[in-house]
Amino acid sequence: MTSSLLLSVTTFVYAAASVFYIGAWSFNKKVLSRVGLIVLVAGFIMNTAGILLRWVESYKIGYGHAPFSNMYESLVFFSWTVCLLYLFVEYKYKEKIVGVFATPLIFLAIAYASLAPGMESEITPLIPALKSNWLIAHVITCFLGYAGFAVAFGFSVMYLVRPETTKQNGLATKLPYPGVIDELTYQMVVFGFLFLTIGIITGAVWANSAWGTYWSWDPKETWSLITWFIYATLLHLRMMRGWNGKRIAWVSIVGFMAVLFTYFGVNYFLSGLHSYA
Amino acid sequence: MNPQKQGWLDRVPLFCYPKGIDMAQNKSDSTFLKRIWQFFTAVKLTVVLLVLLAATSIIGTVIPQNASPAFYFHNYGESLYKLFSVLNVFDMYNSWWFLALLGLLAVNIVVCSIDRLKSTWKIIFPEKIPFKPQRYRKMKNKTVFETNEDLEKVLPAFKEVLGKKFSFVSENPTDHGVGLYAEKGRWTRIGVYVVHSSILLLLIGALIGGIMGISGTMRLDEGEKGSAISLSGQHQHHDIGFSIKCNSFDVSFYDTGMPEEFRSNLSIIKDGKEVLSSDILVNQPLSFEGYNIYQSSYGTSAAENLELKIQNPKSGMVYTKQVKKGESIKLPEGGGTFELTGFDPNYSFRGHAVGEAFTGILRKGGESEGKQIVLPVKFPTFDRMRRGDLVLSVKDYEKTYYTGLQVAKDPGVPYVYIGFILMIAGCFITFFMSHQSVLVEVNHKNNPGCEVSVAGTANRNSQSMNLKIEKLVSKLKESISS
Repeated sequence: MTSSLLLSVTTFVYAAASVFYIGAWSFNKKVLSRVGLIVLVAGFIMNTAGILLRWVESYKIGYGHAPFSNMYESLVFFSWTVCLLYLFVEYKYKEKIVGVFATPLIFLAIAYASLAPGMESEITPLIPALKSNWLIAHVITCFLGYAGFAVAFGFSVMYLVRPETTKQNGLATKLPYPGVIDELTYQMVVFGFLFLTIGIITGAVWANSAWGTYWSWDPKETWSLITWFIYATLLHLRMMRGWNGKRIAWVSIVGFMAVLFTYFGVNYFLSGLHSYA
Repeated sequence: MNPQKQGWLDRVPLFCYPKGIDMAQNKSDSTFLKRIWQFFTAVKLTVVLLVLLAATSIIGTVIPQNASPAFYFHNYGESLYKLFSVLNVFDMYNSWWFLALLGLLAVNIVVCSIDRLKSTWKIIFPEKIPFKPQRYRKMKNKTVFETNEDLEKVLPAFKEVLGKKFSFVSENPTDHGVGLYAEKGRWTRIGVYVVHSSILLLLIGALIGGIMGISGTMRLDEGEKGSAISLSGQHQHHDIGFSIKCNSFDVSFYDTGMPEEFRSNLSIIKDGKEVLSSDILVNQPLSFEGYNIYQSSYGTSAAENLELKIQNPKSGMVYTKQVKKGESIKLPEGGGTFELTGFDPNYSFRGHAVGEAFTGILRKGGESEGKQIVLPVKFPTFDRMRRGDLVLSVKDYEKTYYTGLQVAKDPGVPYVYIGFILMIAGCFITFFMSHQSVLVEVNHKNNPGCEVSVAGTANRNSQSMNLKIEKLVSKLKESISS
């Protein structure tokens, strides 16, 4: 079994998990969300195995590098980090249905990797610029940051979908208390912010050791800083100006748009040093 | 004071301030300074600055930076070009207004920190940790349970549990029994100041780098040495005070044709003596006298010992011959002579870049003029266009490379790196640690027995504090059940 086949199968497992979570929410059945969790864990195990297998394959071919070197590999890893973080949240906060908007993100990322036309899924050798131990530290921290913001985005959407008056009928009322979602959104933003900060810093230190400058206003760098500014704004609004609920949810959504542009937009619309992913 | 007799400067509060030594004497002055102070202490300003920095930073990712004036003029037209020039949009991250935004942010951080540090300091280092039971009695997470054990028996067990989880525990008599107050992480309130001072360090480091830093490139052929770098973005050279010699350059390729590694062997020559010799790779620079020397690019500078393939398209005969630069060889089948005159690593044919190409002169019989021909390495059939009796192409050749070095000195880097460490530590303290306190009240109730109420608070992450209270309650119950 090859890693790309295993990861394609993972895509469908994640799709099933999302369906269960959405079903749990739509029909207000706790059982479905429990099944969703089991399927999600299964998908996560396969995702992990797929990444490790790809790593081994790369050594077998003779290239020998961590699977973090192109868009395909980064998307697969993105799914993995979002899933890991989401599972942690569900375990820690014991909230079941919160996965309804987070699990589809896990599925969408890996589906885009597996199914998008023109996505290179072959294992390619590492270009000299990427040959550094900083690669692993930089990629892992950046993606943990992205994952935090992605899950926060899922929670923010959930918060906004819930109507203000709690009517007993209607889908949205089956979601957890708004206060809990609000708190979870904040926690995820804080997590993402810490890791984005570390991600930018590891990137800067790496750039300084490879090119002799820790900051060169390359579009990817600049957009990661823009994202950082937006979330820094969110944190100041929340902690110092007492913003919460709807307003924070909107800022978190804007922040995630910046994350998406940093991740994809820069590669497709702008040119720069960060041509790999 | 008669306002009519004053000059206009006196009416501008900033300028008349030195007149009155005591600020309180002149009311309008002090309120103006106060207003400036308040302007900079406002979180609103922070938010506005962060949003402005985020929004304006986009410009530089959309409009290419540091391109030639002709490029901008051509792409944006005259009026936009003029506007962009005034706002220095072509180098916007170094423009006066962008730097002013960063400067304002720095002032904002300094003023906010000074303004708040005083009261935070008193909380972090109190003369005596206060005991205020009223605060905890109204808390939402307050949990009450009863036990049959006596107060005297329960207290030491509770103190032990609290002592394990908290760094400070005090026992205080109350109206109905005893209040055990415990807390930890008072110092974590300093975290946010650590984050903010790290940003100042980053800005200071960047400023030092901007003023005192030097960065440029050097191109060295194999065997060549140099001591001048061409400064980035300018048509200037700078002497670095020592020479770098490129002893050799190697590039290896994967079987896909991608470069696997480029490696330069360099020697540093100072005052005519070789002081150090080392290999550098893309992620492994060399340091000397504050300069870091990085492998940044490479290319072909010259090619020697051409192996020429000569083919007769009619008969299909193929010959190979060796030729060195400047040398003339006889061609087979009486085709005259070929002199290898040069090599161009980036030959352009009618405006198309065809890559590496050899040039030579073909002479038939006793001709002295001859005909100039081009042999591009990548296009072996190129010479067919000449429609000669023989078609020449490149079979093999030996290359010599040049190495492209980035040479940079940035004395601001240590400040930036300390800033990085403080930023990560500060963020961690601020977001994941908190000043947590709990009050466990043990009141006499029934006989024997007492009532226990537990409540707690944290300056951050109140959600997880509620979970902690739940856990603490079960721990406390456990401690007296055995």
